[in-house]
Amino acid sequence: MSHLEELLTARTRPVVTAELPAVNSGGLGAVARHLETLAPHVDAINATDNPAAHAHASNVAIAIAITQLGAEPIMQIVCRDKNRIAIQADLVGAALFGVENICALTGDDVTAGDEPEARRVFDLDGPQLVRVAAGIGAGHYLSGRAIDPAPHLFVGAVENPYAPPLEYRVDRAAKKSQNGARFLQLQIGYHFDRLETFVSGCVAAGITQRTALLPTICLVKTPRALSFMDENVPGISVPTEVIGKVAEAADPKEATYQLALEQARHALSLPGVAGIHLADFRHDGSVARIVDDLGLRTQQNEEQHAHGSQLAG
Amino acid sequence: MSGLLPLIEHAVKKPIWDCRMCGQCVLHSTGMTCPMTCPKTLRNGPCGGVREDGRCEVVPEMECVWAKAFRRNHTLPLPKVWREEFNHTRPPVDNTLEGTSSWINLVTGRDRKTPTGWSGAVADAASEAADHAGVGAALVELDEAGV
Repeated sequence: MSHLEELLTARTRPVVTAELPAVNSGGLGAVARHLETLAPHVDAINATDNPAAHAHASNVAIAIAITQLGAEPIMQIVCRDKNRIAIQADLVGAALFGVENICALTGDDVTAGDEPEARRVFDLDGPQLVRVAAGIGAGHYLSGRAIDPAPHLFVGAVENPYAPPLEYRVDRAAKKSQNGARFLQLQIGYHFDRLETFVSGCVAAGITQRTALLPTICLVKTPRALSFMDENVPGISVPTEVIGKVAEAADPKEATYQLALEQARHALSLPGVAGIHLADFRHDGSVARIVDDLGLRTQQNEEQHAHGSQLAG
Repeated sequence: MSGLLPLIEHAVKKPIWDCRMCGQCVLHSTGMTCPMTCPKTLRNGPCGGVREDGRCEVVPEMECVWAKAFRRNHTLPLPKVWREEFNHTRPPVDNTLEGTSSWINLVTGRDRKTPTGWSGAVADAASEAADHAGVGAALVELDEAGV
Protein backbone atom coordinates (compact mmCIF):
# COMPACT_ATOMS: atom_id res chain seq x y z
CA MET A 1 0.00 0.00 0.00
CA SER A 2 1.40 3.42 -0.95
CA HIS A 3 2.19 6.09 1.63
CA LEU A 4 -0.44 8.30 -0.01
CA GLU A 5 -3.08 5.57 0.29
CA GLU A 6 -2.23 5.05 3.95
CA LEU A 7 -2.50 8.76 4.67
CA LEU A 8 -5.71 9.31 2.74
CA THR A 9 -7.26 6.24 4.33
CA ALA A 10 -6.28 7.22 7.87
CA ARG A 11 -6.94 10.97 7.38
CA THR A 12 -5.10 11.80 10.58
CA ARG A 13 -3.46 14.88 9.07
CA PRO A 14 -3.68 16.97 5.89
CA VAL A 15 -1.80 15.51 2.94
CA VAL A 16 0.42 17.55 0.64
CA THR A 17 1.14 16.60 -2.95
CA ALA A 18 2.97 18.59 -5.60
CA GLU A 19 3.67 18.56 -9.29
CA LEU A 20 7.13 17.71 -10.63
CA PRO A 21 8.18 20.27 -13.27
CA ALA A 22 8.34 18.79 -16.76
CA VAL A 23 11.66 17.16 -17.62
CA ASN A 24 13.07 16.85 -21.14
CA SER A 25 16.66 15.72 -20.74
CA GLY A 26 19.59 15.51 -18.36
CA GLY A 27 19.22 11.95 -17.13
CA LEU A 28 17.96 10.90 -13.73
CA GLY A 29 19.97 13.78 -12.28
CA ALA A 30 17.46 16.20 -13.73
CA VAL A 31 14.64 14.44 -11.88
CA ALA A 32 16.73 14.20 -8.71
CA ARG A 33 17.36 17.95 -8.72
CA HIS A 34 13.63 18.68 -8.76
CA LEU A 35 13.05 16.10 -6.04
CA GLU A 36 15.61 17.74 -3.78
CA THR A 37 13.44 20.83 -3.48
CA LEU A 38 10.07 19.04 -3.42
CA ALA A 39 10.35 15.60 -1.82
CA PRO A 40 11.29 16.70 1.70
CA HIS A 41 8.11 18.77 1.98
CA VAL A 42 5.39 16.68 0.39
CA ASP A 43 3.87 13.21 0.64
CA ALA A 44 3.70 12.37 -3.05
CA ILE A 45 4.71 13.94 -6.34
CA ASN A 46 2.76 14.05 -9.59
CA ALA A 47 4.46 12.78 -12.73
CA THR A 48 2.61 14.74 -15.38
CA ASP A 49 1.52 13.38 -18.76
CA ASN A 50 2.44 15.83 -21.50
CA PRO A 51 0.93 18.83 -19.68
CA ALA A 52 -0.85 21.43 -21.82
CA ALA A 53 -0.39 19.04 -24.75
CA HIS A 54 3.37 19.62 -24.95
CA ALA A 55 5.61 16.55 -25.30
CA HIS A 56 8.03 15.89 -22.41
CA ALA A 57 9.69 12.89 -20.80
CA SER A 58 6.79 10.47 -20.38
CA ASN A 59 4.61 10.03 -17.30
CA VAL A 60 5.74 6.39 -17.02
CA ALA A 61 9.46 7.21 -17.21
CA ILE A 62 9.17 10.04 -14.69
CA ALA A 63 7.01 8.01 -12.29
CA ILE A 64 9.54 5.18 -12.34
CA ALA A 65 12.39 7.65 -11.86
CA ILE A 66 10.66 9.17 -8.83
CA THR A 67 10.21 5.70 -7.35
CA GLN A 68 13.83 4.75 -7.96
CA LEU A 69 15.02 7.99 -6.38
CA GLY A 70 13.18 7.11 -3.19
CA ALA A 71 10.15 9.39 -3.41
CA GLU A 72 6.53 8.50 -4.11
CA PRO A 73 4.96 9.30 -7.49
CA ILE A 74 1.38 9.88 -8.53
CA MET A 75 1.34 8.95 -12.20
CA GLN A 76 -1.01 11.17 -14.15
CA ILE A 77 -2.61 9.68 -17.25
CA VAL A 78 -4.47 11.78 -19.80
CA CYS A 79 -6.93 10.43 -22.35
CA ARG A 80 -5.65 12.61 -25.19
CA ASP A 81 -2.59 10.75 -26.46
CA LYS A 82 -3.17 7.01 -26.19
CA ASN A 83 -5.87 4.46 -26.79
CA ARG A 84 -7.15 2.00 -24.18
CA ILE A 85 -4.59 -0.68 -25.06
CA ALA A 86 -1.60 1.65 -24.65
CA ILE A 87 -2.97 3.16 -21.44
CA GLN A 88 -3.49 -0.25 -19.86
CA ALA A 89 0.03 -1.26 -20.90
CA ASP A 90 1.37 1.88 -19.18
CA LEU A 91 -0.59 1.11 -16.02
CA VAL A 92 0.66 -2.45 -15.64
CA GLY A 93 4.14 -1.54 -16.91
CA ALA A 94 4.61 1.24 -14.35
CA ALA A 95 3.18 -1.02 -11.65
CA LEU A 96 6.04 -3.47 -12.30
CA PHE A 97 8.31 -0.75 -10.93
CA GLY A 98 6.14 -0.07 -7.89
CA VAL A 99 4.08 2.83 -9.23
CA GLU A 100 0.75 2.53 -7.40
CA ASN A 101 -0.81 6.00 -7.31
CA ILE A 102 -2.66 6.89 -10.49
CA CYS A 103 -4.40 10.15 -11.36
CA ALA A 104 -6.74 10.03 -14.35
CA LEU A 105 -7.42 13.18 -16.37
CA THR A 106 -9.27 13.99 -19.56
CA GLY A 107 -6.32 16.12 -20.64
CA ASP A 108 -6.00 19.45 -22.40
CA ASP A 109 -6.86 19.37 -26.06
CA VAL A 110 -4.07 19.08 -28.63
CA THR A 111 -4.87 22.64 -29.71
CA ALA A 112 -3.54 23.87 -26.33
CA GLY A 113 -0.06 22.63 -27.22
CA ASP A 114 2.73 23.33 -29.68
CA GLU A 115 1.64 20.57 -32.05
CA PRO A 116 -2.03 21.41 -32.64
CA GLU A 117 -2.00 19.38 -35.86
CA ALA A 118 -1.64 16.14 -33.86
CA ARG A 119 -4.42 13.54 -33.82
CA ARG A 120 -6.42 13.62 -30.60
CA VAL A 121 -7.28 10.18 -29.25
CA PHE A 122 -9.75 10.29 -26.32
CA ASP A 123 -10.52 6.58 -26.78
CA LEU A 124 -11.52 6.63 -23.09
CA ASP A 125 -12.85 9.59 -21.11
CA GLY A 126 -11.89 10.49 -17.53
CA PRO A 127 -14.52 8.44 -15.64
CA GLN A 128 -13.98 5.47 -17.99
CA LEU A 129 -10.23 5.64 -17.41
CA VAL A 130 -10.81 5.63 -13.65
CA ARG A 131 -12.87 2.44 -14.01
CA VAL A 132 -10.34 0.76 -16.30
CA ALA A 133 -7.50 1.55 -13.86
CA ALA A 134 -9.57 0.32 -10.91
CA GLY A 135 -10.25 -2.87 -12.89
CA ILE A 136 -6.54 -3.46 -13.37
CA GLY A 137 -6.09 -3.00 -9.62
CA ALA A 138 -8.82 -5.63 -9.18
CA GLY A 139 -6.93 -8.07 -11.38
CA HIS A 140 -8.26 -7.76 -14.92
CA TYR A 141 -7.88 -5.81 -18.12
CA LEU A 142 -10.90 -4.09 -19.67
CA SER A 143 -11.32 -7.16 -21.87
CA GLY A 144 -11.73 -9.28 -18.74
CA ARG A 145 -8.38 -11.03 -19.23
CA ALA A 146 -7.02 -11.84 -15.78
CA ILE A 147 -3.91 -10.21 -14.32
CA ASP A 148 -2.43 -12.52 -11.71
CA PRO A 149 -1.23 -11.35 -9.30
CA ALA A 150 -3.16 -8.09 -9.53
CA PRO A 151 -0.99 -4.99 -9.22
CA HIS A 152 -1.90 -2.90 -6.20
CA LEU A 153 -3.17 0.47 -7.45
CA PHE A 154 -4.51 3.56 -5.71
CA VAL A 155 -6.60 5.35 -8.30
CA GLY A 156 -7.65 8.99 -8.28
CA ALA A 157 -8.70 11.65 -10.73
CA VAL A 158 -9.09 15.38 -11.23
CA GLU A 159 -12.18 17.56 -11.10
CA ASN A 160 -12.66 21.25 -11.79
CA PRO A 161 -15.03 22.88 -9.26
CA TYR A 162 -14.54 26.27 -10.90
CA ALA A 163 -15.63 25.68 -14.53
CA PRO A 164 -19.16 25.62 -15.94
CA PRO A 165 -21.57 23.94 -15.68
CA LEU A 166 -20.96 24.57 -11.97
CA GLU A 167 -24.16 22.82 -10.88
CA TYR A 168 -22.95 19.61 -12.48
CA ARG A 169 -19.47 19.35 -10.99
CA VAL A 170 -20.48 17.47 -7.84
CA ASP A 171 -22.33 14.89 -9.94
CA ARG A 172 -19.24 14.44 -12.08
CA ALA A 173 -17.11 14.00 -8.97
CA ALA A 174 -19.64 11.42 -7.78
CA LYS A 175 -19.35 9.58 -11.08
CA LYS A 176 -15.56 9.36 -10.73
CA SER A 177 -15.92 8.29 -7.10
CA GLN A 178 -18.41 5.57 -7.99
CA ASN A 179 -16.04 4.26 -10.65
CA GLY A 180 -13.20 3.90 -8.19
CA ALA A 181 -11.52 7.29 -7.65
CA ARG A 182 -10.17 7.39 -4.09
CA PHE A 183 -8.92 10.95 -4.36
CA LEU A 184 -9.60 14.01 -6.52
CA GLN A 185 -6.90 16.59 -7.10
CA LEU A 186 -8.91 19.69 -7.95
CA GLN A 187 -8.10 22.11 -10.76
CA ILE A 188 -6.40 25.46 -10.09
CA GLY A 189 -9.03 28.04 -9.18
CA TYR A 190 -9.49 31.44 -7.61
CA HIS A 191 -13.19 31.51 -6.71
CA PHE A 192 -13.36 30.75 -2.99
CA ASP A 193 -17.16 30.54 -3.12
CA ARG A 194 -17.12 27.92 -5.88
CA LEU A 195 -14.73 25.72 -3.93
CA GLU A 196 -16.94 25.99 -0.84
CA THR A 197 -20.06 25.06 -2.81
CA PHE A 198 -18.30 22.12 -4.45
CA VAL A 199 -16.77 20.73 -1.26
CA SER A 200 -19.97 21.05 0.76
CA GLY A 201 -21.86 19.41 -2.14
CA CYS A 202 -19.39 16.51 -2.10
CA VAL A 203 -19.79 16.15 1.66
CA ALA A 204 -23.60 16.19 1.38
CA ALA A 205 -23.49 13.59 -1.41
CA GLY A 206 -21.29 11.30 0.71
CA ILE A 207 -18.44 11.48 -1.80
CA THR A 208 -15.78 12.59 0.69
CA GLN A 209 -16.15 9.45 2.80
CA ARG A 210 -14.70 7.38 -0.01
CA THR A 211 -12.87 9.98 -2.06
CA ALA A 212 -10.41 12.49 -0.61
CA LEU A 213 -10.51 16.05 -1.96
CA LEU A 214 -7.20 17.84 -2.59
CA PRO A 215 -7.70 21.43 -3.86
CA THR A 216 -4.79 22.73 -5.91
CA ILE A 217 -2.89 25.77 -4.74
CA CYS A 218 -0.97 27.50 -7.49
CA LEU A 219 2.25 29.33 -6.60
CA VAL A 220 3.02 32.01 -9.18
CA LYS A 221 5.50 34.87 -9.14
CA THR A 222 3.57 37.83 -10.48
CA PRO A 223 0.07 39.29 -10.88
CA ARG A 224 0.75 39.04 -14.61
CA ALA A 225 0.85 35.25 -14.28
CA LEU A 226 -2.68 35.42 -12.82
CA SER A 227 -3.87 37.54 -15.76
CA PHE A 228 -2.16 35.15 -18.17
CA MET A 229 -3.98 32.14 -16.70
CA ASP A 230 -7.26 34.03 -16.74
CA GLU A 231 -6.89 34.92 -20.40
CA ASN A 232 -5.13 31.87 -21.82
CA VAL A 233 -5.92 28.76 -19.82
CA PRO A 234 -9.39 27.39 -20.53
CA GLY A 235 -11.14 26.32 -17.35
CA ILE A 236 -9.26 28.81 -15.16
CA SER A 237 -10.79 32.19 -14.44
CA VAL A 238 -9.27 34.66 -12.01
CA PRO A 239 -11.62 37.37 -10.71
CA THR A 240 -10.48 40.91 -11.61
CA GLU A 241 -10.57 41.98 -7.97
CA VAL A 242 -8.19 39.15 -7.01
CA ILE A 243 -5.68 40.22 -9.67
CA GLY A 244 -6.18 43.90 -8.73
CA LYS A 245 -5.57 43.32 -5.05
CA VAL A 246 -2.27 41.57 -5.73
CA ALA A 247 -1.17 44.01 -8.45
CA GLU A 248 -1.72 47.04 -6.23
CA ALA A 249 0.25 45.62 -3.33
CA ALA A 250 3.58 47.24 -2.39
CA ASP A 251 5.37 43.96 -3.06
CA PRO A 252 3.39 42.11 -5.76
CA LYS A 253 5.63 39.02 -5.67
CA GLU A 254 5.10 38.64 -1.93
CA ALA A 255 1.39 39.42 -2.38
CA THR A 256 1.00 36.52 -4.87
CA TYR A 257 2.56 34.21 -2.29
CA GLN A 258 0.24 35.54 0.40
CA LEU A 259 -2.71 34.94 -1.93
CA ALA A 260 -1.68 31.29 -2.30
CA LEU A 261 -1.26 30.99 1.46
CA GLU A 262 -4.72 32.48 2.02
CA GLN A 263 -6.17 30.04 -0.52
CA ALA A 264 -4.47 27.09 1.16
CA ARG A 265 -5.70 28.13 4.61
CA HIS A 266 -9.20 28.55 3.25
CA ALA A 267 -9.15 25.18 1.48
CA LEU A 268 -7.86 23.35 4.55
CA SER A 269 -10.53 24.99 6.71
CA LEU A 270 -13.30 23.33 4.71
CA PRO A 271 -14.72 20.14 6.23
CA GLY A 272 -14.23 17.41 3.63
CA VAL A 273 -10.86 18.62 2.36
CA ALA A 274 -8.13 16.05 3.02
CA GLY A 275 -5.11 18.08 1.96
CA ILE A 276 -3.72 20.23 -0.81
CA HIS A 277 -1.94 19.82 -4.11
CA LEU A 278 0.76 22.36 -4.98
CA ALA A 279 1.54 23.62 -8.46
CA ASP A 280 4.73 25.64 -8.11
CA PHE A 281 5.72 28.11 -10.79
CA ARG A 282 7.84 30.27 -8.46
CA HIS A 283 10.76 27.85 -8.03
CA ASP A 284 12.12 29.93 -5.17
CA GLY A 285 11.57 27.64 -2.22
CA SER A 286 7.91 28.58 -1.85
CA VAL A 287 6.82 24.95 -1.55
CA ALA A 288 8.90 24.55 1.60
CA ARG A 289 7.73 27.93 2.84
CA ILE A 290 4.01 27.34 2.39
CA VAL A 291 4.16 23.86 3.95
CA ASP A 292 5.98 25.45 6.88
CA ASP A 293 3.62 28.45 7.11
CA LEU A 294 0.66 26.09 7.14
CA GLY A 295 2.24 24.06 9.92
CA LEU A 296 1.98 20.91 7.81
CA ARG A 297 5.45 19.58 8.47
CA THR A 298 5.07 16.18 10.01
CA GLN A 299 7.10 13.25 11.13
CA GLN A 300 6.68 11.63 7.75
CA ASN A 301 7.91 14.78 6.09
CA GLU A 302 10.89 14.78 8.37
CA GLU A 303 11.68 11.21 7.41
CA GLN A 304 11.45 12.11 3.77
CA HIS A 305 13.54 15.15 4.51
CA ALA A 306 16.29 12.93 5.85
CA HIS A 307 16.04 10.82 2.73
CA GLY A 308 16.08 13.93 0.54
CA SER A 309 19.31 15.02 2.21
CA GLN A 310 20.83 11.67 1.32
CA LEU A 311 19.73 12.23 -2.24
CA ALA A 312 21.31 15.65 -2.23
CA GLY A 313 24.48 14.19 -0.82
CA MET B 1 -32.60 -3.25 -45.37
CA SER B 2 -29.61 -3.45 -43.03
CA GLY B 3 -27.59 -1.59 -45.65
CA LEU B 4 -30.26 1.05 -46.12
CA LEU B 5 -31.05 1.72 -42.45
CA PRO B 6 -27.77 3.47 -41.60
CA LEU B 7 -28.38 5.82 -44.52
CA ILE B 8 -31.94 6.59 -43.38
CA GLU B 9 -30.80 6.99 -39.75
CA HIS B 10 -28.04 9.38 -40.76
CA ALA B 11 -30.41 11.37 -43.00
CA VAL B 12 -32.75 11.84 -40.04
CA LYS B 13 -30.27 12.37 -37.20
CA LYS B 14 -27.54 14.36 -38.92
CA PRO B 15 -29.62 17.54 -39.50
CA ILE B 16 -31.18 17.46 -36.02
CA TRP B 17 -28.34 16.27 -33.77
CA ASP B 18 -25.26 16.43 -36.03
CA CYS B 19 -25.15 12.63 -35.63
CA ARG B 20 -21.71 11.04 -36.11
CA MET B 21 -23.05 7.47 -36.54
CA CYS B 22 -21.22 5.96 -33.58
CA GLY B 23 -23.77 3.15 -33.77
CA GLN B 24 -24.50 3.21 -30.01
CA CYS B 25 -26.81 6.17 -29.56
CA VAL B 26 -27.10 7.58 -26.04
CA LEU B 27 -28.98 10.80 -26.91
CA HIS B 28 -31.84 9.98 -24.55
CA SER B 29 -29.46 9.98 -21.56
CA THR B 30 -27.54 13.11 -22.55
CA GLY B 31 -30.31 15.69 -22.74
CA MET B 32 -30.84 14.89 -26.45
CA THR B 33 -27.36 16.32 -27.12
CA CYS B 34 -24.89 14.16 -29.04
CA PRO B 35 -21.70 13.65 -26.98
CA MET B 36 -19.82 12.67 -30.13
CA THR B 37 -20.01 16.33 -31.20
CA CYS B 38 -17.76 17.18 -28.22
CA PRO B 39 -14.29 17.63 -29.79
CA LYS B 40 -12.98 15.19 -27.19
CA THR B 41 -15.95 12.83 -27.75
CA LEU B 42 -16.52 12.72 -23.99
CA ARG B 43 -19.49 10.56 -23.04
CA ASN B 44 -19.50 11.15 -19.29
CA GLY B 45 -19.65 14.87 -18.75
CA PRO B 46 -17.62 18.01 -19.46
CA CYS B 47 -13.85 18.29 -19.24
CA GLY B 48 -12.20 20.84 -16.97
CA GLY B 49 -11.52 23.25 -19.81
CA VAL B 50 -14.99 24.76 -20.18
CA ARG B 51 -14.64 28.53 -20.52
CA GLU B 52 -16.09 30.97 -18.03
CA ASP B 53 -18.90 31.83 -20.48
CA GLY B 54 -19.78 28.14 -20.92
CA ARG B 55 -18.09 27.83 -24.29
CA CYS B 56 -15.89 24.98 -25.52
CA GLU B 57 -12.15 24.92 -24.80
CA VAL B 58 -11.39 23.64 -28.30
CA VAL B 59 -14.00 25.49 -30.37
CA PRO B 60 -14.66 28.81 -28.59
CA GLU B 61 -17.49 29.67 -31.01
CA MET B 62 -19.47 26.68 -29.71
CA GLU B 63 -21.26 26.20 -26.40
CA CYS B 64 -19.79 23.28 -24.43
CA VAL B 65 -21.69 20.19 -25.54
CA TRP B 66 -22.04 19.07 -21.94
CA ALA B 67 -23.16 22.47 -20.66
CA LYS B 68 -25.89 22.26 -23.30
CA ALA B 69 -26.66 18.64 -22.43
CA PHE B 70 -26.94 19.45 -18.73
CA ARG B 71 -29.31 22.34 -19.40
CA ARG B 72 -31.45 20.40 -21.84
CA ASN B 73 -31.66 17.41 -19.52
CA HIS B 74 -33.46 19.69 -17.07
CA THR B 75 -35.49 21.82 -19.48
CA LEU B 76 -36.65 19.45 -22.22
CA PRO B 77 -39.83 17.45 -21.55
CA LEU B 78 -37.99 14.14 -21.19
CA PRO B 79 -39.21 10.99 -19.43
CA LYS B 80 -37.97 10.78 -15.83
CA VAL B 81 -36.02 7.56 -16.51
CA TRP B 82 -34.07 9.28 -19.28
CA ARG B 83 -33.25 12.21 -17.00
CA GLU B 84 -32.01 9.88 -14.31
CA GLU B 85 -29.73 8.13 -16.77
CA PHE B 86 -27.78 11.36 -17.24
CA ASN B 87 -25.50 10.50 -14.32
CA HIS B 88 -24.97 6.88 -15.34
CA THR B 89 -21.48 5.96 -16.48
CA ARG B 90 -21.58 5.30 -20.20
CA PRO B 91 -19.03 2.65 -21.29
CA PRO B 92 -16.17 3.30 -23.70
CA VAL B 93 -17.24 3.66 -27.31
CA ASP B 94 -17.28 0.38 -29.22
CA ASN B 95 -15.39 1.46 -32.32
CA THR B 96 -16.49 -1.63 -34.26
CA LEU B 97 -20.01 -0.17 -34.38
CA GLU B 98 -19.04 3.06 -36.13
CA GLY B 99 -21.15 3.61 -39.22
CA THR B 100 -23.74 0.98 -38.32
CA SER B 101 -27.36 1.70 -37.46
CA SER B 102 -27.88 2.32 -33.75
CA TRP B 103 -31.56 1.47 -34.32
CA ILE B 104 -30.63 -2.08 -35.31
CA ASN B 105 -28.05 -2.25 -32.51
CA LEU B 106 -30.72 -1.14 -30.03
CA VAL B 107 -33.17 -3.81 -31.17
CA THR B 108 -30.57 -6.58 -31.16
CA GLY B 109 -29.04 -5.39 -27.88
CA ARG B 110 -25.64 -5.14 -29.57
CA ASP B 111 -25.21 -1.55 -28.36
CA ARG B 112 -25.36 -2.71 -24.74
CA LYS B 113 -22.62 -5.31 -25.11
CA THR B 114 -19.56 -4.13 -23.17
CA PRO B 115 -16.11 -5.67 -22.65
CA THR B 116 -16.17 -8.37 -19.96
CA GLY B 117 -13.96 -6.34 -17.63
CA TRP B 118 -16.19 -3.27 -17.76
CA SER B 119 -18.65 -4.91 -15.38
CA GLY B 120 -15.80 -6.02 -13.14
CA ALA B 121 -15.82 -9.62 -14.31
CA VAL B 122 -12.77 -11.69 -15.09
CA ALA B 123 -13.12 -13.76 -18.23
CA ASP B 124 -12.76 -17.47 -17.63
CA ALA B 125 -10.40 -19.39 -19.88
CA ALA B 126 -13.17 -21.07 -21.90
CA SER B 127 -15.04 -17.89 -22.79
CA GLU B 128 -11.76 -16.14 -23.43
CA ALA B 129 -10.83 -18.82 -25.91
CA ALA B 130 -14.25 -18.45 -27.54
CA ASP B 131 -13.71 -14.70 -27.81
CA HIS B 132 -10.42 -15.18 -29.58
CA ALA B 133 -10.80 -15.48 -33.28
CA GLY B 134 -8.24 -15.16 -36.01
CA VAL B 135 -4.58 -15.89 -36.39
CA GLY B 136 -3.35 -13.33 -33.83
CA ALA B 137 -5.48 -14.81 -31.11
CA ALA B 138 -4.44 -18.31 -32.09
CA LEU B 139 -0.81 -17.29 -31.66
CA VAL B 140 -1.61 -15.95 -28.20
CA GLU B 141 -3.19 -19.27 -27.29
CA LEU B 142 -0.24 -21.20 -28.67
CA ASP B 143 2.05 -19.06 -26.59
CA GLU B 144 0.00 -19.51 -23.45
CA ALA B 145 -0.23 -23.26 -24.03
CA GLY B 146 3.55 -23.37 -24.13
CA VAL B 147 3.78 -25.43 -27.32
